Amino acid sequence: MHMADALISPAVGGAMWAVSGGLIGYGAKKVREEADDRKIPLMGVLGAFIFAAQMINFSIPGTGSSGHLGGGMILSILLGPHAAFLVMASVLTVQALFFADGGLLALGCNIFNMGFFTCFIAYPLIYRKLVCGSLDKKRVLLGAVLAGIVGLQLGAFSVVLETVFSGVSELPFKTFVFLMQPIHLAIGLVEGLVTAGVVSFATAARPEILTAAAERTPLGGSVKKAALGIAGAAILIGTGLSWFASADPDGLEWAMLRTSGQEALESRGKLRGVLASWQEKTAFLPDYSFKKDVSAAEAVLAGKAAAEPGAGGKSAWPAVDSGTSAAGLVGGVMTLLLAALIGIALKKRNAAA
Amino acid sequence: MNKLGKNLVDIGYMDTLSAGRSFLHKLDARAKLLTTVLFMAAVVSLDKYQVSAMIPFSLYPIFLIGAGNLPAGYILRKTAVVAPFAVFVGMFNPLLDRQILFHLGSFGVSGGWVSFLSILIRFSLTVSAALALLCVTGINALCEALVRAGVPKPFAVQLLFLNRYLFVLTGEAERMTRARRLRSCDRGATAPRAFIQIVGHLLLRTMDRAERVYRAMLCRGFDGHVRVVRFSRIGRAELAFILGWAALFAVFRSVNLPVILGQAVAGAWK
Amino acid sequence: MSHHIIEADAIRYSYPDGTAALGGVSFRISHGESVALVGENGAGKSTLLQHFTGCLFPESGSLSIGGVPVSKQNLLAVRRAVGMVFQNPDDQLFMPTVFEDVAFGLLNLGVPEAELEGKVMAALETVGAPHLRARPPYRLSQGEKRAVSIAGVLAMSPDILVMDEPTSNLDPLSRRRLIGLLRTFQHTKIIATHDLDFALELCERTLVIHKGSITADGPTREIFRDEQLLMRSSLEKPLSLGS
Repeated sequence: MHMADALISPAVGGAMWAVSGGLIGYGAKKVREEADDRKIPLMGVLGAFIFAAQMINFSIPGTGSSGHLGGGMILSILLGPHAAFLVMASVLTVQALFFADGGLLALGCNIFNMGFFTCFIAYPLIYRKLVCGSLDKKRVLLGAVLAGIVGLQLGAFSVVLETVFSGVSELPFKTFVFLMQPIHLAIGLVEGLVTAGVVSFATAARPEILTAAAERTPLGGSVKKAALGIAGAAILIGTGLSWFASADPDGLEWAMLRTSGQEALESRGKLRGVLASWQEKTAFLPDYSFKKDVSAAEAVLAGKAAAEPGAGGKSAWPAVDSGTSAAGLVGGVMTLLLAALIGIALKKRNAAA
Repeated sequence: MNKLGKNLVDIGYMDTLSAGRSFLHKLDARAKLLTTVLFMAAVVSLDKYQVSAMIPFSLYPIFLIGAGNLPAGYILRKTAVVAPFAVFVGMFNPLLDRQILFHLGSFGVSGGWVSFLSILIRFSLTVSAALALLCVTGINALCEALVRAGVPKPFAVQLLFLNRYLFVLTGEAERMTRARRLRSCDRGATAPRAFIQIVGHLLLRTMDRAERVYRAMLCRGFDGHVRVVRFSRIGRAELAFILGWAALFAVFRSVNLPVILGQAVAGAWK
Repeated sequence: MSHHIIEADAIRYSYPDGTAALGGVSFRISHGESVALVGENGAGKSTLLQHFTGCLFPESGSLSIGGVPVSKQNLLAVRRAVGMVFQNPDDQLFMPTVFEDVAFGLLNLGVPEAELEGKVMAALETVGAPHLRARPPYRLSQGEKRAVSIAGVLAMSPDILVMDEPTSNLDPLSRRRLIGLLRTFQHTKIIATHDLDFALELCERTLVIHKGSITADGPTREIFRDEQLLMRSSLEKPLSLGS
């Protein structure tokens, strides 16, 4: 459930970068306070372990599909929430760099969705409460499954919110929720089962792994409070920022209209018109401003097209009237060719040097 | 070869590419990282119905590929297979947003198709730029750039260690899954039970390795602080790179060059 | 420099799970000696080596290096005196590039950054690997990894060099190079190995360890001719000694 760069707006991406950055700072501070030297190489190598383990697929019986490990829960059990969060963040960073999984702008979202909920919510509030450091297989299983499900449900919901707030996708809030949550119920269940399996396997061979981990992770009530506080703040900041700063408040409007009823479709055109004109006046990123400068030329060029009924009604969307579109199409292809030529020339020069 | 093996070869190959000698490779990683982030911010900040305005931005990944002497086909192939999520979510746009935005001849194009195309272009631009960035910089230098950009120390050290043991552990996991494969007749994905055993073993080995690494660190005077030295610096070339591209992005972002070009061509035609 | 004598007196050690690893080991190694430590798998070689660097402490008995007992209080002094080369270079080369790895120990010793470059490069020159400075360790061959991990240890100018299976995984040419390199060192050397030919070329003295105790201590040539002794420790007389 990696969020992708292509689906987010800069406001959402930026807000989540800030939130995840803050969480990394918080986790780093806590890890420093623990002052456990041994943890430094352990965290590093476990990060590489998760990176490698995620590439091993296993079949999910009865479905014909296959899954892989998320890893946040195993890390939390072995390292405690703060160190686990840092490790997850590092793994996601490297994946974003290596495989462009998600991407750089969406990295903040991905760290939050896949690190925060598992390490700071599901692990301390569910797994620890249920398992209490016991090695009993059934308890580990129950704790891991429940925590896995909750962690992934929250993460998936967060993906939905981020996507809807970004407004690039047309998927309405409700549909998207109904798509994402059940899928992640299954994924969470599998994640929990596998986590419990691996933890039980490892502790059966070497029980001291967990006792050492338990000693290392003093988890006071303040952490939970802080975690909840941060979660709340994140949602507030995210909502606020995408509302105020978004150059494209479309998505939010969409989500709200969609969830509130059927009138969305009819009122959309009108509302869009209002929003667009408002936006034209206030947008700090000049979304459509070039239009005024070229509108004269456009009118000449697109004389025929402008007479078409479809184009006439589209005055609220000046950027995409068909005159501009035709010019854009021709110019776009030419620009692409030009860019490719530059690339080839650079390469030739490089090869010659 | 299984997925793991392929991934291993793949990241190894990208790592090899990053050892190139073009001037792009020599630039400080921070400059390249910052410029790429600017690039992405500029691309994704475009309106969702924008298609033509995005095209000029392709100059940046193409420049990285050309000047960095990277195999263009490889980057394109990798871009195409990455992250089906964006395509999956984007596919709903044509279904949901059916309002006709404009006509091409007698063919009405709905907003959904335009925004879907826009998502695909966004996606190709951001992913290809990210991959090209990695290939001209290398994972080490990129993590270093993050470290120097001021991430908290424990996280910086975490990135350094993760980096160092990526190849070691991925290789180990690959050998373990290969060994299982050789001794089992089934050809599909690993069964859950076998998966748990493989990953469990890998975990135990990983913990042992962490202990040995810790000992090796102690033997060389480790006292809880990893001291990092860095020599790269931001010089004139780096500044020129960042500012030059930032200016170009600003132009691409505010002026729809393809439209102007198209109009100029149409004007000349008449 | 007589103060770098290593003296072990009846060291005993058992692991937390109760396995006895060392059952009263005593020896004395004086400055500049090259000593091979041989024995079957699980004989206690690695456990003994870990005592030299203060990663493990004897349960009873004592170990002193240069007159300083190896204890928690003296760890820094002990680790400055003893340089340990691990069996698996991947465990030892933990930094992202060769240069940083060699610099790691120096920085811990408080070497100022201005002198760092010179010292790191000097260590890399010694092992013939200055060209590898910018390479990440996972891109090196086994022989190169070995050379670089030795450089990392040498950079800290230890008096005693302890090596665990230095020839494992090396191709013959790299092994030959390593022998040449180690011959040039004046350090006291303790080398745990199964490669008896290697021991024969480098070490004038050998300790045989069997099930946690020393079963022989003497000139390498004499010990390696004693086939019965070797057999008991799952070892084999080196071919180079003839019959």
